[in-house]
Amino acid sequence: MTAARTITFTLNGAPVTADVKPHHNLVEMLQTQFGLIGARETCGQGLCGCCTVIVNGRAVSGCLYLAVFIDGADVVTIESLDTRDHLSPVQEAFIEASAFQCGYCTPGFILMVTQLLDENPDPTDDQIKHYLTGNLCRCATYPEVLDAVKLAARKRKAAAAA
Amino acid sequence: MVTTLNPVGAKVGSQVGRSVPRLEARDKVTGRAEYTHTMRVPGMLHVKLFRSTVAHGLIKSIDTSEAKKLPGVIHVVTIDDIMKVLPHPYYGPAFHDQPILAHEKVRFVGEPVAAVIATDPHIADQAVQLITAEYEELPAVYDEVEALTSDVYVHDQLKPAGTFADLKHLKGAKNTNTALDYQLRRGDFEKAYAAAEHKFEHEFKTQKVLHLSFEPFACICDYKDTHVTFYDASQGPSFVRTEMARLLGWPENKVRIKVPYLGSGYGSKLYIKLEAMALAFSMIARKPVKIAYTMEEMFYQVTRHPCTFRIKSGVDKDGKIVARKCEVFWNGGAYADIGPRVTQKSGLTASGPYDIDNVDINSYALYTNLTPAGALRGFGVPQLVWAYEGHTDMMARALNMDPVEFRRKNLMREGREHTTSQVLKDAPIEKVMDKVTERMNWSQPFDKGTGTVRRGRGIAIAIKAVISPTTSVAIVNVSADGSATLYCGTVDMGQGSDTAMAQMVGEVLNIPTESVRVVPRDTDITPYDMGTLGSRSLFHMGHAVQRAAEEARDKLKALAKEVGEPEGSNIPIADLFQKRYGMQAGNVIGSGIYKPDYVSPAPGTGLSPNVTPFWMISGAGAEVEVDTETGHVKITKLINVVDCGKAINPKGVETQISGASIMHIGFTMFEKMYIDGGQVTNASLADYKIPGFHDVPDVMENLYIEHEQSNGPFGAKGVGEVATFCPSPAIANAIDDAIGVRITEMPLNAETVYRAIRAKQGRPLEDE
Repeated sequence: MTAARTITFTLNGAPVTADVKPHHNLVEMLQTQFGLIGARETCGQGLCGCCTVIVNGRAVSGCLYLAVFIDGADVVTIESLDTRDHLSPVQEAFIEASAFQCGYCTPGFILMVTQLLDENPDPTDDQIKHYLTGNLCRCATYPEVLDAVKLAARKRKAAAAA
Repeated sequence: MVTTLNPVGAKVGSQVGRSVPRLEARDKVTGRAEYTHTMRVPGMLHVKLFRSTVAHGLIKSIDTSEAKKLPGVIHVVTIDDIMKVLPHPYYGPAFHDQPILAHEKVRFVGEPVAAVIATDPHIADQAVQLITAEYEELPAVYDEVEALTSDVYVHDQLKPAGTFADLKHLKGAKNTNTALDYQLRRGDFEKAYAAAEHKFEHEFKTQKVLHLSFEPFACICDYKDTHVTFYDASQGPSFVRTEMARLLGWPENKVRIKVPYLGSGYGSKLYIKLEAMALAFSMIARKPVKIAYTMEEMFYQVTRHPCTFRIKSGVDKDGKIVARKCEVFWNGGAYADIGPRVTQKSGLTASGPYDIDNVDINSYALYTNLTPAGALRGFGVPQLVWAYEGHTDMMARALNMDPVEFRRKNLMREGREHTTSQVLKDAPIEKVMDKVTERMNWSQPFDKGTGTVRRGRGIAIAIKAVISPTTSVAIVNVSADGSATLYCGTVDMGQGSDTAMAQMVGEVLNIPTESVRVVPRDTDITPYDMGTLGSRSLFHMGHAVQRAAEEARDKLKALAKEVGEPEGSNIPIADLFQKRYGMQAGNVIGSGIYKPDYVSPAPGTGLSPNVTPFWMISGAGAEVEVDTETGHVKITKLINVVDCGKAINPKGVETQISGASIMHIGFTMFEKMYIDGGQVTNASLADYKIPGFHDVPDVMENLYIEHEQSNGPFGAKGVGEVATFCPSPAIANAIDDAIGVRITEMPLNAETVYRAIRAKQGRPLEDE
């Protein structure tokens, strides 16, 4: 195995460094070096969305994204969305709409839905389904996720109006 | 918090029947829920497995020398190393047939043959590539029907575990692949069939599919010479403890199983999966070890049973079914796992929800050289319903009867004896069917389309007996400040059991569900439970929880009396403890245990007057559009109806129905493990497609009726599986209605349907 290299990047708003080997992916680095377990590797092929991480403002599959390429980047994970007192509107909506069961895929869904609503605050059903085709849920909570996205859109609008 | 002894304004039904959001919701939406697969313990080593490339063979040699040389590799392990620490390294719930690593023989492609223990998972992976093995290949058997009479034997000798009475006679059996032959005999099938006006005989098959939980299998074992701890993605920690203690020759109290959040299970994480391997490797390494599977490895652990079902019915001139014979062949793969239970427990209801006087059932558990099969959300029943509800429709069509009316004429009704001889109670079969047909507008004319797109509709109904007898134990602890804690071994893998159980505690103690703490599963702390499986938990554990909460409530009242409170006092609970112990101290602990009455099926006839404590009933209706030029099927409407007894958490019930049904759309329409010479050729999520957003029907209704379960906790029964039974046959029946083509083997993908269309036209496509 080849030698580790030190990289510097921004993680959830704070500057950090990490020692990574060429074969380490982003999920593995977040889990082993930062104790962030919200991005998870399931399919290992970038198909299920469980490993979603936001890099430089775009959702990526953390299982396919090599950690060395994070050098200098801005990385945002699911762990940054809430504070001690507040959940994000999307997180609240997922709870209220019962939009998950086992919860393994949930962080990926929530990050993608957040990105969707940033781009399109009022998506149609078809737009939601199309946007989320890269997120799979084996518990099949798709109808509830659809409800949650629409509920989150209303919550964000109400918050913006207030 | 339990605020006062007799809270003012508390009313019955304040907690049970509420759609309480999941208690663990915050951990799950913030990404902070910890699962075994993402867990680490200090000093732990990583394991990767070297797997068999042949389906059946004798191991001639294993060369681990190159792997051992790789820096970072601590051990390379074969069965010989394991037998030095565990001299009898075989495990399993029904048969002690599975070796921790392959022993002398390999029995399926993908079977673990050797293991690398290393400081880093990537090093372990690299070292596995350096291992080589030589096999003397043996002929293999893959098909379940062939396995019954084949002279290829997967096991030289059968080794029943001793747990189940009906397997004991198989001890030492040779020259057989049959791990159980369950029989039911009611009336006189042969005579009634011979005399029947109409005779029908069909064969149905189901394909090999798998659970594919999104948290892949994972287990961490930390062995010490005096005790051992597992962090385990398990649906049944009590069984894991018992079986690990047996392997070690230790008492159970030295074995601890902790279960973090479970990234679902659907039956895959039952009994022993990685635990025996993790134990052996930790004993050898004398350090904690972790095994965490990749997606590809999921295809080599456990799957659903493929099945061949030969069904034969005799019908009289009025359309009444008078005789039925069921021969069911279950493809159990190389190791029995819980297959013999699937064979027997689903075998009980193989003749369906119909009142038939003369029934013969034979249900065979068979070994083959494939990945082992186990329970998958239905314990075999979805495979049976696929067959008997297709058969029902085919008969109705042949008799020129409406499929609903044909069913209505033959349905089993409450008060009648079920095929097993148990009197049917709390089983609203007709009510469920009526709800399905009402939502389908069945009595209205239906536009079947013209041209190349044809439309059809179909229904199906089903029954399942919950497995029995099983035991659950629960503890409710009221602390000195009045807060309540529940200890129960039911594993919440996403079905919402923690919330439902807390609702039952809240209902009994008159406190908000949200204030009840449910302790994470840990066999050192949480009492015995048979396992989270077969829709048994809400009923069995629910009873135990209700009893534990009632005992705690009664003890609080006794405590009030003891400290001199007058009858009917409404003293704050905190004051009660203060009065008794002089400070905020003490506990009140209630415990509850539940095991239903049960009579074993009689040998030979398979009959029993009390074989199950409750029946599960469901129905489905589907409307489809079939493109006759491509074979593509679009499900335009799907109606699911189940009986839940009483909805403890109505939203929870709906999501169980919806999730179970969509999962089964995958099994019905496209999921299939393709196997070539015993090798799975599509072992990845890229090649094995599961349902996504676009596979959900545009119109889908998930409905329940509440027909009180008279012996259930708060009138409730389990609903985790019940919606899996009917979508498959309802869709196939709708396809037949649309284009007059009957498909008897899933998946119903475009190729299958188009081939069937061409075959019907008399110009079949060539096989691949």
